[in-house]
Amino acid sequence: MTVRFDVNGRRAEVAVEPRTSLADCLRHHLGLTGTHLACEHGVCGACTVLVDGEAVRSCLMLAVQAEGRSVVTVEGLSNDAALSPLQAAFRRHHALQCGFCTPGMITTAHALLTEEPDADADRIREVLSGNLCRCTGYVGIVEAVLEARAAYRGHKADAAS
Amino acid sequence: MTSRRTNTYIGAAIERFEDLRFLRGRGIYVDDVPHATTLHAAILRSSVAHGLIRVLDATEARRRPGVVAVITAAEIGPVPVIPIRLAAWPSLEPFVQPVIAADRVRFVGEPIAVVVADTAARAEDALEAIALEIEPLPVVADRDASAAGAILLFPGAASNRAITYEGRKGDAAAAFRSADYTRREHFSVQRHTAIHMEPRGIMAEWDRIWGRLTIWGASKVPYPNRKILAGQIGVDPALIDMIENDAGGGFGVRGEFYPEDFLIPFAARHVGRAVKWIEDRREHLIAANHAREVECTLEIACRRDGRILAFRGHARADLGAYVRTNGVMGPRNVAQILSGPYDVANIEMDVELLLTNKTPAGTYRAPGRFEADFFRERLIEMAARDLGIDRIAFRRMNLVPTTAMPYALATINPLESTTHCDSGDFRQTLDRCLAEFDWATKSRLSGADREGRRHGVAVSCYIEGGASGPREDARLILEPDGTLSVHVGSSSVGQGVETIFAQIAADALGVPIERLRSVRHGSTGLVTEGFGAYSSRSTVMGGSAVLDAAAKLEAQIRARAAARFGCAPDAVLLRDGTAIGPDLAAIDYAALAGDGLVADGTFLNERRTHSYGAHAAHVSVDPRTGHVAVHDYVAVEDVGRIINPETLHGQTVGAIVQGLGGALLEHLVYDGEGQLLTGSLADYLMPTASDFPVIRGVALEEHPSPVNPLGAKGAGEGGIIPVGGVIANAVADALAAEGVQPTALPLSPPRVWALVEAARNGRK
Ligand code: FES
Ligand code: FES
Repeated sequence: MTVRFDVNGRRAEVAVEPRTSLADCLRHHLGLTGTHLACEHGVCGACTVLVDGEAVRSCLMLAVQAEGRSVVTVEGLSNDAALSPLQAAFRRHHALQCGFCTPGMITTAHALLTEEPDADADRIREVLSGNLCRCTGYVGIVEAVLEARAAYRGHKADAAS
Repeated sequence: MTSRRTNTYIGAAIERFEDLRFLRGRGIYVDDVPHATTLHAAILRSSVAHGLIRVLDATEARRRPGVVAVITAAEIGPVPVIPIRLAAWPSLEPFVQPVIAADRVRFVGEPIAVVVADTAARAEDALEAIALEIEPLPVVADRDASAAGAILLFPGAASNRAITYEGRKGDAAAAFRSADYTRREHFSVQRHTAIHMEPRGIMAEWDRIWGRLTIWGASKVPYPNRKILAGQIGVDPALIDMIENDAGGGFGVRGEFYPEDFLIPFAARHVGRAVKWIEDRREHLIAANHAREVECTLEIACRRDGRILAFRGHARADLGAYVRTNGVMGPRNVAQILSGPYDVANIEMDVELLLTNKTPAGTYRAPGRFEADFFRERLIEMAARDLGIDRIAFRRMNLVPTTAMPYALATINPLESTTHCDSGDFRQTLDRCLAEFDWATKSRLSGADREGRRHGVAVSCYIEGGASGPREDARLILEPDGTLSVHVGSSSVGQGVETIFAQIAADALGVPIERLRSVRHGSTGLVTEGFGAYSSRSTVMGGSAVLDAAAKLEAQIRARAAARFGCAPDAVLLRDGTAIGPDLAAIDYAALAGDGLVADGTFLNERRTHSYGAHAAHVSVDPRTGHVAVHDYVAVEDVGRIINPETLHGQTVGAIVQGLGGALLEHLVYDGEGQLLTGSLADYLMPTASDFPVIRGVALEEHPSPVNPLGAKGAGEGGIIPVGGVIANAVADALAAEGVQPTALPLSPPRVWALVEAARNGRK
């Protein structure tokens, strides 16, 4: 069947099987391999994307459920010219090693800071506790998100620019 | 030793090159490699822990839509076995794993058939159509059953015991006879493992015309793996290209030679196409290496004043169903580094390696070291208490003094393997750790009750051996445009080695780091020899090879410049990518490169480096629930030479949190039928962002290693080594009033609660 939705601001029209997950659709049909799969059962958060602005586990959502909605992946939060403030903070705080959990961390943190630019460390840890990272021990990630708050304050932030 | 320039980049917190692609979602992990026409593989695995395959018929599966082939042992012919890569020994031979089960299965997860289809979903669907009947055999569920030997797992072997390692030093029996004080305890560490976030994966492509195999997803030890595969599949190693993609963590588990490392290339040749297999998480939990399941009865002998005279012990490791490539290393290390950083003249430590019907074991970050440190530090804590000696004074008195370096650890038989601590001042890191932690203040909390939670503190010392072994090669290329490329055999599994090698090369050549165009690593096409990333060796070994290559490249540049200037090579000054002649004429390297200059360097070192340090923790325990909270955790280590403080700090903090997972949460639990009960990430609990907020690490470089030109010491594992011991000792300190003495990990809430209850009921 055919599903139509917006991905990173562009219209996508994809033929998928009913059972195809949004994650597989993004990765394999649309070539957006920044969205990663580490468990495929909703525990690790590596596959997190934004659907209508909300952080969603794309391994648990079917592609057909995205019909008519707006999906943003880590690629949509990036541009070539420069790292976004959130990405730059991740780099500065050594908030990644292997990088596998990173796209899910970035999308989750972006959704959080967009809604709650004043989130404190406890709140950040609480929200990120749904995203597993096996490399960093999370310390750098939390520091990075704390630092990036400034960029989200005062306006509806657009971390992609 | 090469004479060093003033370093600009080594030691600086250079932001990682890798991050630029990872942060944008542009890393290329194996499942991201673009390939338009690849087929997909799914693997049928045994759901029975021990049994005989009576029926295996893929006729129906082969008819399923999209299915291109189904491969079983019958299609493979004589089934190859996976050789032992580290510490091979004749007695281990009967226990190695075949790449596919032909007639007998020995663990849940063992591969039986491979389906190749046009999509991954259809390959998985077709698994159900394979007719399979396994006649169950009695299960060897644990070490006791294995040692009893009523059920023999391998017809070719007289017992289920693969080997017994003996750690020997001095005369332990005599020391025990003459000791003022002895104590014996039984300890155990649970089965747990790395669980890197990206599951394993392989894509293999067979080129019929040229008879070449290309393999994506290689990792850790691509060169040895290529050799193994070449032998099994009958292809010249030179015709096999192993390509290392970005890898989502390794920690010792990823990149060893597994059955799939044969099966997928075989399938690709079988169907004459590219075939890709991406592991799912349940598969990973039952098929990739487990680790750490060791129990130990350990005795300590001391003088009345606290001086340790001897350790004597007997440990038993549950190795699972087969001896895999590096499966013996954890238990072997238990025998060797039992004494850790302490000066102990007499050691007698036996470690039995027993086979059971569980997933085979391999190395996981600091193999054997995490386990041995838990055993030793717990027992030292108890001994100090018994003798009425301050636990820090007790440790300090027993640390190997600087004057005793190099200091020999126990010799391991039958390997006759010896190793030495190369250098260091163990008291210095202990003192620094106590200062950073503020022991003087925090230790006043020992046993204190604050709102129902009981507080405790502890400190431990450790050594981390690593960074030696087979040769590493490096190639430095001065490109025609004056930029530089580095190729190394060392692998990256996410440690940031691209940045580190760039720092080393830029300093060695005295060029701005921006000149480093590319750093490529790990793939077999790049340099003639390389081994890989294990035992914290990438930086030290690969980095030392880069230094060697840099010296040679400089000589070439100097010679070319001298020819231009008409002067002696010595008269040329090289600075910032420019050659300067005696009359101060300057030529950029680009003008000297011609079609490119290439220099190969190499480094070989059989001597290990030992970084070392001390960790301290402040915990609180809720006796009503058994919950342990970690309020502060401080690590101090001396790594000889710091290349990049940020990547090092990241390694340390990450390792500590992994260690806290092993100390408090993680457990691969089996039932009596050999079924894994924790087969998903919802059941296998790992640390999350909210679990351990305060982790502090301090790295020192006071004592450079004398055994490599960088002076660096392997430092990827140290953070995890002492964690189990420190946490258990802090819990014991918190619950000292009850007399709770934890002897088994993990200290999960139910277990701690049970310890408190047992102590209160006076049963223990
Ligand atoms: S892959 Fe979706 S939550 Fe793990
Ligand atoms: S950086 Fe490797 S899992 Fe987070």
